[in-house]
Amino acid sequence: MLKILRKIMMTGSVTQNYTENHLAPRARGEIAADGPCTECGACFRVCPTGALRLIEKEVSVDHCACIFCGRCVEVCQSGALRQTGNINLAELSGQLEQAGQSLKKRIMRTLGRSLAIRHLDVGSCNACEWELNALSNPLYDLQQYGLDFVASPRHADLLMVTGVVTRNLKQALLMTYEATPSPKLVMAVGACAASGRTYGTSYAIQGRVDEYIPVDIYVPGCPPRPQTLLYALSLVMDRIR
Amino acid sequence: MIKNYTVSAKNLRAAANACYSKSKHGLLAMFANDERQIHGKFAIYCLFDGRNPEEMLSVKALVDDQEAPEYPSLTPIIPAAAWFEREIHDLFGLTALENKDLRPLVLHENWPQGLYPMRKDFAVEAVVPEAHKDFPLAHAHGEGVFEVPVGPIHAGIIEPGHFRFSQAGETTFRLDAKLFFTHRGIEKIVEGQTIEQALFSAERICGACSVSHALSFCQTVESISKAIVPERANVIRVIVAELERLYNHIGDVGNLCAGLGFSVGTSHGARLKEHLMRLNDAVTGNRFLRGMIIPGGVRYDLSGGLIEEIYKTLKRTESDFREVVGLLEENDQFLDRVNTTGILPFQAAKELGVVGVAARASGVDYDLRRDKPYSGYAWITCNVPFYRSGDVAARLWVRVDETLESIRIVRQMLERIVLTQTDLAVEIPPLEPYKAGIGWSESARGGNIHWLMTGKDNTIYRYFVRSASYANWPALPVAVPGNIIPDFPLINKSFELCYACLDR
Repeated sequence: MLKILRKIMMTGSVTQNYTENHLAPRARGEIAADGPCTECGACFRVCPTGALRLIEKEVSVDHCACIFCGRCVEVCQSGALRQTGNINLAELSGQLEQAGQSLKKRIMRTLGRSLAIRHLDVGSCNACEWELNALSNPLYDLQQYGLDFVASPRHADLLMVTGVVTRNLKQALLMTYEATPSPKLVMAVGACAASGRTYGTSYAIQGRVDEYIPVDIYVPGCPPRPQTLLYALSLVMDRIR
Repeated sequence: MIKNYTVSAKNLRAAANACYSKSKHGLLAMFANDERQIHGKFAIYCLFDGRNPEEMLSVKALVDDQEAPEYPSLTPIIPAAAWFEREIHDLFGLTALENKDLRPLVLHENWPQGLYPMRKDFAVEAVVPEAHKDFPLAHAHGEGVFEVPVGPIHAGIIEPGHFRFSQAGETTFRLDAKLFFTHRGIEKIVEGQTIEQALFSAERICGACSVSHALSFCQTVESISKAIVPERANVIRVIVAELERLYNHIGDVGNLCAGLGFSVGTSHGARLKEHLMRLNDAVTGNRFLRGMIIPGGVRYDLSGGLIEEIYKTLKRTESDFREVVGLLEENDQFLDRVNTTGILPFQAAKELGVVGVAARASGVDYDLRRDKPYSGYAWITCNVPFYRSGDVAARLWVRVDETLESIRIVRQMLERIVLTQTDLAVEIPPLEPYKAGIGWSESARGGNIHWLMTGKDNTIYRYFVRSASYANWPALPVAVPGNIIPDFPLINKSFELCYACLDR
């Protein structure tokens, strides 16, 4: 017992502010397409998920489909594409964006400043799960923001859905959504849930999450880093102006 | 070196039995391949490991579906074949005669009868109607016996799987699992893709085994093309493979504490793991070490500053981890929960072909890094810890010992890396069609065996993945009965089976 107490005291508090962004130089964040493009098409050919498009002579990157492999930047000869350290990526949509401020306020009034989260795996590779788990570790300490993971969808305000929708989990997705009381929010976590294109198409994959239930926030990443998830959560909580 | 034997379907059992008796660790993998486009027949492949390190035995049985889509079951002589045969039955519609349990495994009740998705004449984009069949699970009857269904959606942040416990009071006496919920059909998707495209899917079979799967995949390609991976690349491959083992093992030691409510251990484990994940990010640009391993070598170099950072992080982690383990070793309440809980007997581990930590905790002294060295593992002595008790405690102590051994291996490799100045990768030449290769690597959970056959124009004809979790899942229903149901999470965590690896 004394040894346990000693270890706890020697370790001290390790919790960090997530906005302190100590990103490693090699870390692959948002891809900026702001350089001169020669339309050589090399980046399209190497992109495994088809996340790149040429719109009016400019490359546009669909970050929801991007798996952040960085191959496009490697093959780009003209310098049109560039790796940035920005990992604060998340897109609001659906009821949160369209309905404007009044509904947003109403939702937040109902949910208050605390949010109960339920995780739902509909065909993930386990990487997103580990990053969701990491949110509860002492360094990120999710609970300090008034957020916590709950054991049942019946206790939840927000569903964090990971993975491509597989044939064998479609029913679980629909039933879990049904079991979550309204008002409810859905976050599509990671490239699989947000785009459904990570692996391609097969007899076992049935697409992305918003083909089955309405999604309010899309979080890019393969998997999204814990900081990205915290950023997305705070966006939901309207904590970032 | 792979020794190939081709037999007719009716001689499969005799041929497999001969190889089985000659092999060190029994049946590694068994799968079917639709080779009707090549020679008009289906093929059943059985892979065994040979006695000496380089040797692999591959038995190929030809099944003519026009005559009869069936072959003699291996399960009566090799229990490890049971799930493989169920999978072949589901995906190829080939029946293992005399296998009494050919219940569906991969395809659930929503899949229509008589459609076999892995056959070549099944188009990958085919629209399959929703069926409403039964999905029979093993259960028990009797006075006072009741069932506890759990899942597929669990209370924590874990992957989906359905468990059916048959209970007499608090004691579980039968367990059956319905798995393959996250089955994505990756093996079908990569058919027809180029090696470069397929690498991304192989790396994403499982998050926590990304390096191991990428490594096994690349080794299949390298063995087919006979490409020689440069020395420096092999050193870096070993380093990232060990970094993967480290963050997994340390995280798993912490998670095991969560299985019995010892939150101090959980917190420390999660803290140490987070520091290692950040190191991963620094080394490869991805917290799961993705994007480092490519066919022919590695993508990024390790140089001065990074090497220093790895040394520093490992030093801090080692002393910190030893202290955390000290908290467990001297804690009687903790030991009371883990000792003699969830025993997997040696015989069961051996016959079911269990691999990795679970095998080494049950007295099976087997580790691919030492017994079938790949990459740079041939250059080092790899001490393989093993225990005989087969309980939760043994699996925990194997992980603890392996963590410290991993740190030692990384240090050895860091010393070597400064001495090797070679390229980071070699070009893979165009691959000859219809050639097969095997790749293997020891992940944190055990051996991941990949088999790949090339098609025309540098594409993939068939890809099969036998993950460590595939070999270990059938052992869980052996270890759980006789324990109380509150110990199930603990036993499950001590095996640390991955659903995504199994389901593919």
